[in-house]
Amino acid sequence: MAGRSKKYRVLIGKPGLDGHDRGAKVLARALRDAGFEAVYTGIRRTPEEIAAAAVQEDVSAVGLSSLSGAHLRLFPAVVEALKQRGAGDIPVLGGGVIPDEDLNALKQAGIVEVYTPGTSLAQVIEAFEKACDRHHQGRSKT
Amino acid sequence: MAEHPKAREWEERVLGKSLQRFPERKEKFTHHGGEEVPRVACPEKIDASYLEKLGFPGQYPFTRGVQPTMYRGRLWTMRQYAGFSNAAESNRRYRYLLEHGTTGLSVAFDLPTQIGYDSDDSMSVGEVGKVGVAIDSLADMEVLFDQIPLDTVSTSMTINASAAVLLAMYVAVAEKQGVPGEKIKGTIQNDILKEYVARGTYIFPPRPSLRIITDIFQWCSQHTPVFNTISISGYHIREAGSTAVQEVAFTLANGTAYVQAALDAGLELDSFARRLSFFFNASSDVLEEVAKFRAARRLWARLMKERFGATQPSSMMLRFHTQTAGNTLTAQQIDNNVVRVTLQALAAVLGGTQSLHTNSRDEALALPTEESVRIALRTQQVIAYESGVGDTVDPLAGSYFIEQLTDSIEAQASELIDTIDRAGGVVAAIEDGFVQRQIENSAYDYQREIEQGERVVVGVNKFQTDEKVRPPLLRIDPEVERAQVQGLKKLRQSRDSAAVQAALAKLGKTARSDANLMPAILEAVRCYATLGEICRVMRDTFGEFRDAG
Amino acid sequence: MNREDLLQGLKARDPRAIARAISLVEDGDPLSETILGSLDESRIEQALVLGITGPPGAGKSTLTDQIILGYRARSQRIGVIAIDPSSAISGGAFLGDRIRMMRHALDSDVVVRSMATRGRLGGLCAAAGATVRILASSGCSPVIIETVGVGQSEMDIIRLADVTALVLAPGLGDDIQAMKAGLLEVADILVVNKADCAGAETLAMDMEAVARESRDKGGSTEVCMTVASRGEGVAELLETVAALEKIYRQGGEHGRRRRHAHDLEVLDWALELLRPKLLEKIAKSGTNRTGDPRLKAAAILKGF
Repeated sequence: MAGRSKKYRVLIGKPGLDGHDRGAKVLARALRDAGFEAVYTGIRRTPEEIAAAAVQEDVSAVGLSSLSGAHLRLFPAVVEALKQRGAGDIPVLGGGVIPDEDLNALKQAGIVEVYTPGTSLAQVIEAFEKACDRHHQGRSKT
Repeated sequence: MAEHPKAREWEERVLGKSLQRFPERKEKFTHHGGEEVPRVACPEKIDASYLEKLGFPGQYPFTRGVQPTMYRGRLWTMRQYAGFSNAAESNRRYRYLLEHGTTGLSVAFDLPTQIGYDSDDSMSVGEVGKVGVAIDSLADMEVLFDQIPLDTVSTSMTINASAAVLLAMYVAVAEKQGVPGEKIKGTIQNDILKEYVARGTYIFPPRPSLRIITDIFQWCSQHTPVFNTISISGYHIREAGSTAVQEVAFTLANGTAYVQAALDAGLELDSFARRLSFFFNASSDVLEEVAKFRAARRLWARLMKERFGATQPSSMMLRFHTQTAGNTLTAQQIDNNVVRVTLQALAAVLGGTQSLHTNSRDEALALPTEESVRIALRTQQVIAYESGVGDTVDPLAGSYFIEQLTDSIEAQASELIDTIDRAGGVVAAIEDGFVQRQIENSAYDYQREIEQGERVVVGVNKFQTDEKVRPPLLRIDPEVERAQVQGLKKLRQSRDSAAVQAALAKLGKTARSDANLMPAILEAVRCYATLGEICRVMRDTFGEFRDAG
Repeated sequence: MNREDLLQGLKARDPRAIARAISLVEDGDPLSETILGSLDESRIEQALVLGITGPPGAGKSTLTDQIILGYRARSQRIGVIAIDPSSAISGGAFLGDRIRMMRHALDSDVVVRSMATRGRLGGLCAAAGATVRILASSGCSPVIIETVGVGQSEMDIIRLADVTALVLAPGLGDDIQAMKAGLLEVADILVVNKADCAGAETLAMDMEAVARESRDKGGSTEVCMTVASRGEGVAELLETVAALEKIYRQGGEHGRRRRHAHDLEVLDWALELLRPKLLEKIAKSGTNRTGDPRLKAAAILKGF
């Protein structure tokens, strides 16, 4: 992956008030070690702030983490905020303490992948890789 | 007991006194067959090294425990942390628990309450009532404790940045019940330093936060003398990914910062030191955890005696609550979590905890269901009533392995505390991000070991099964948020606005001065100023801390 | 976003277009030349490029956050390029400087861009220089370049700045000693941050001595004291920046620095553009992997 000609830029954000950032930070570092350029926003961000940062950083994917049970409100809000900034093409992935029965609702709201505790980093990184591939392909059509 | 003058002295002075006041649970503790279980097993020959490193339970350096008879006298407190969306719902649950013999409540607040936002704040969207009860004003607090006698119940509140406001509301509710401050019992977590490095529910920067904390110490020492004013927490530091050594070092370093801040504010050491309590994590490496608890007790005793010159034994005792490690729970094969929690709870008991919360098996998926909570409580009861580990004090003492590990953890933690001191103390180390980086590195290394299969997590990276049946989960109705916001709107219309404005103005003035904040906060709370309004005034004066990464 | 949309968007200060333009140039996309050719040169000339550097832990990001506040109070549009090192092993990067500036996220006149060094030999100057130009052309002034002052490539980057502040803090003793030789030479302002902490006075005295030495040699180095976490001393710092900018513009130093930076960028671009061609030549130069590499290099370059 280190030999990839183009660098994928991704953004890891924590929307809402949940301060448990262990997973988000570990993932951002794992992405770095897989050759990504990972922007991290820190905790307690609003969906609008995360979307604005994703636009400024021109990332190819956004990863969100929430452990407080607010994901059904906050994850779709990020997707919506991206759309409002003309960046609806940026794929959004999510992770955290998320019950199975919420997966459908999240996917319908435009979250491309959702991961729960115990998922291997390799699996999550692969999903970012794929999401970025697709996004870059869409980009280069211009 | 071994024959030694020091042993006799302990038996007569410490043990004897304790037995008079607190008789043991049974006249005789025996194995099946009648053989008696000794109270405290000791080496045959007691030497200077034993006395220096271990000593006897209830005696400096408290390696073997803070009480002479430990669980033979009284079992640890089984305290399960819980909070349910809104005040009325929580009140029903608390009253149910009290009717069934519980004497201690443990209140979980939702994130907006913990971070000082009202439920109708734009920052609160999606979070109201999610991880605990939403409290916007004294009105909610009155509902929360309706018909609960605050003169007999002890209440533990997991609240930090906004602790002063919640404590004021608690005091105000007690007043309305006719219960004076001298009589209220309980604990506020009130440990802001670990929020910056681990849990994230901070509001203000570290220095004004420390002022609020010492204001609480001071005010409580005069008005609520039996209320525990802080619970210095390593739990969340460990959850954030630290090692056992880092958990001890950073927690005790935070502890010394609070002690120093209180001394600087002119408080007398022995007036507040015995009201300090601690909160640790119990993870699955059972023997390391046991050694960790013993090392933490010895190191704190030495710090208090040698650094701060404490003279009272009660000022040197590290009393602690334990919670099993949430981060070890897996979303896969959730029943395996019951076994993990059992090992962790056993470690806490073998390490001499004063109270214990056992996690529920489904917490990697959502808030626990009632059935899961019951299994978690039963786990503690099996250890307490069936395992026999509480029938003798500090049963693992004298194991070569345990004693070496205890020494090693103490030495490493002590070295880390020295490093922090050399870098200008723990507040500077937090502002620099030193502590955060240390924890992050440990968290990342741990995850990498799991990824590479060097560390096995049963059911996750080995022994996986295909799971079809998903367990039932507890959900919070989104209606809770709407109703809470509605109630707040009504309150704002019905209260005396002029009184609120006046109280808030006074609070602002107090915040800008050196005076104790508690009376002004109490006044604002009494006239139904909201938590968000009170914290807004303090935000404007103290500024806000922002994530340092 | 097609080519026209991109160029239109750049003119209209559309955040997405600005961000995409930076990525394309950074990735060496064929569109780079069109993008860079479309920029407003007079705006670029007028903009102030402010370098902020210093060792880890000195509080650069916190200070940058406060500096942004200061300029926003005067309604100036600001660009920030926050540079973090890439991992030598994976080539990836953890870009965390933004965390401390997130309160400006919704302010469309604060354009923050995180950038990784990408382990380039040179190259970084080209990418950062182009980003400065894109941001300045979109109306940002100042454009702040924030970078850790440790590696050679970060030192080169600072040469893109019109005015450079070196941020130091007490308690970082050894780092400062090691840096004295290099960075103190490029710093116009020595900022003693965390001025409320123990050791700040000693550090300030040391820095005053360095500044005096510089002034004796005809330089104009200044010392500022700040407590970035509380915003103290930031207004004075900005005044010092403005004063130095004025002196440099009037005395010709500004032009000299811009020309020097320009040459540096040209060289960097030349190497950047040459690299793929060189790699191709090396690959074609035969299968023989023995013999002196330098002689081979000279032989390849003869063809240029």
